[in-house]
Amino acid sequence: MADGNGGLRLSERIGEMATRVRGGSVWESMFRPGSPLKKGYSDTPRNRSYVIMNSVLYHLHPVKVKRHGVRLSYTLCLGGLSFFLFILLTITGIFLMFYYRPTAEAAYLDVEALSTSVAFGSLVRNMHRWGAHLMVLTVFLHMSRVFYHGAYKPPREFNWVIGVMLLLLTLLLSFTGYLLPWDQLALWAVTVGTNMGGFTPIFGPGVKFALLGGIEVTGNTLLRFYVLHVLFLPFIIVIFMAVHFWRVRKDGGISGPL
Amino acid sequence: MVDIPEHLLLRSAEAKAKALGVPVEQVLAEMRGEALPPSASTTPSETPEVSTPDDSETSAGEEPAVEADVVAIGDVAEPEVQADAQAVEPDVVEQPLAAVATTGDAGPDVANSQPPASGGDSPLAATVSPRPVAQPEAVPEGVRTQRLLTVVKARAIQQVKSSPADKVNTWPHLMIAEFTALLVMTGFLIILSVILQAPLLELANFNATPNPSKAPWYFLGLQELLSYYDPQIAGVIVPGISGLIGFMAIPYIDRNPSTKPSDRKFAILLFTFFLAGSATLTMLGVLFRGPGFNFTYPWADGIWFDDLKDWVYFE
Repeated sequence: MADGNGGLRLSERIGEMATRVRGGSVWESMFRPGSPLKKGYSDTPRNRSYVIMNSVLYHLHPVKVKRHGVRLSYTLCLGGLSFFLFILLTITGIFLMFYYRPTAEAAYLDVEALSTSVAFGSLVRNMHRWGAHLMVLTVFLHMSRVFYHGAYKPPREFNWVIGVMLLLLTLLLSFTGYLLPWDQLALWAVTVGTNMGGFTPIFGPGVKFALLGGIEVTGNTLLRFYVLHVLFLPFIIVIFMAVHFWRVRKDGGISGPL
Repeated sequence: MVDIPEHLLLRSAEAKAKALGVPVEQVLAEMRGEALPPSASTTPSETPEVSTPDDSETSAGEEPAVEADVVAIGDVAEPEVQADAQAVEPDVVEQPLAAVATTGDAGPDVANSQPPASGGDSPLAATVSPRPVAQPEAVPEGVRTQRLLTVVKARAIQQVKSSPADKVNTWPHLMIAEFTALLVMTGFLIILSVILQAPLLELANFNATPNPSKAPWYFLGLQELLSYYDPQIAGVIVPGISGLIGFMAIPYIDRNPSTKPSDRKFAILLFTFFLAGSATLTMLGVLFRGPGFNFTYPWADGIWFDDLKDWVYFE
């Protein structure tokens, strides 16, 4: 509608602009057919299939899922939330890495500076810590949920085994991260934890020595735990997660109904 | 279209040439579609059509890897066989289908009249039986005519069961729920992180052992066990053997196929016992252990767990 001066209203201009962008070749090239972001998307059964089938989501989800699996009360979304927390922890962890040096001299000061003089530093650190605790919890609850549904029964036996590995890796990730602030809490919790591991006969002391880079927690341990925490364990856990998700679909999707 | 391996084509051509009494080269050329059939009595089409299996119902979008399996079928005047790897069990197609004599007196009319009986989309499974449906009529005794009719795919590596299930579209039904859960979790975590400060005590000091020294909370149940039992038991057998290996072995120990809770009371009882036990031990370790790892009451002596220091206040 004209404003009386031969011009267009702002809202109309924006609308026109949006239409032009969504009809443009750049936008067109960004989304595959059936994307809801594409111009002219309509909510048809075919397009509903395309949203999954024609996008990267197809690596995670099939086009259709069992109706009972969609109910929140069946899964409580625990597996998905564990995965999402992992992503959140990766994002916040990368942020923290910018401000952190894994040496006995610098680590504590860096964390202190991060909490006091970096914008949102304290918030991101808190999110990383509480998110990590939450992830241990959701992974554990996810395992319990799977057990009570008997979802580890054939053909899903091996996916359960992978799941236990993922729980172990989650615990290790959390435990290696525990040391990094290099405060009294970190040092002595890790000392107690590794002492417990050292009780394992035959290879226990060896593993403890390799893990600590010595006979007790030192600056070497800090570097080791840092590398394990930010590189090695995430790398391993991503591989296990990929197999885990893949097996969920190959073994016939979500289990049940009871 | 599946290429027929050369040696199989040759073998088939030899058998047919022997049966029909014509030179091998002629049959071979005919099979390759290079020459017209020597007479109308031979089959009209020699190149079978193999339809690729439609795996849309697997809804996973993968092509199941299959091995081509060549099947020789009795001399049939059938223009094409649809080998649908999923509709029929393909490896039973080794027997002659409704076999029709194609030599001499049978004539072209037989060849033309037969296809509706077994071709097309009439249920192939009906004609596929472990035994020949009909014996060849005009083939001399002792001569078993063999001809390469089609190449069908062998059994898929993965078992694709397409039993009807009540399904809904992932978009929007599942994605909306997941996205909501994701947003709620993000919101919850941000609010939690604004309210509660992550602990940061004084700098690590090797000479000042705090009393008590506690592991992270998820190991505190084990630490609690360690205070009762010998390290060999509490530090090895419980976490290592029953904890890790035992948990991984659960699906291989529990062979009860039912998932109904009423059928697996013992398993549920055991697991609930484990849950309750580990929760109790962890709570004990976190809240009820004070200096010297001795029992305290959190409401009397406060919390002796630094991660929780900012969470709960007791005055």
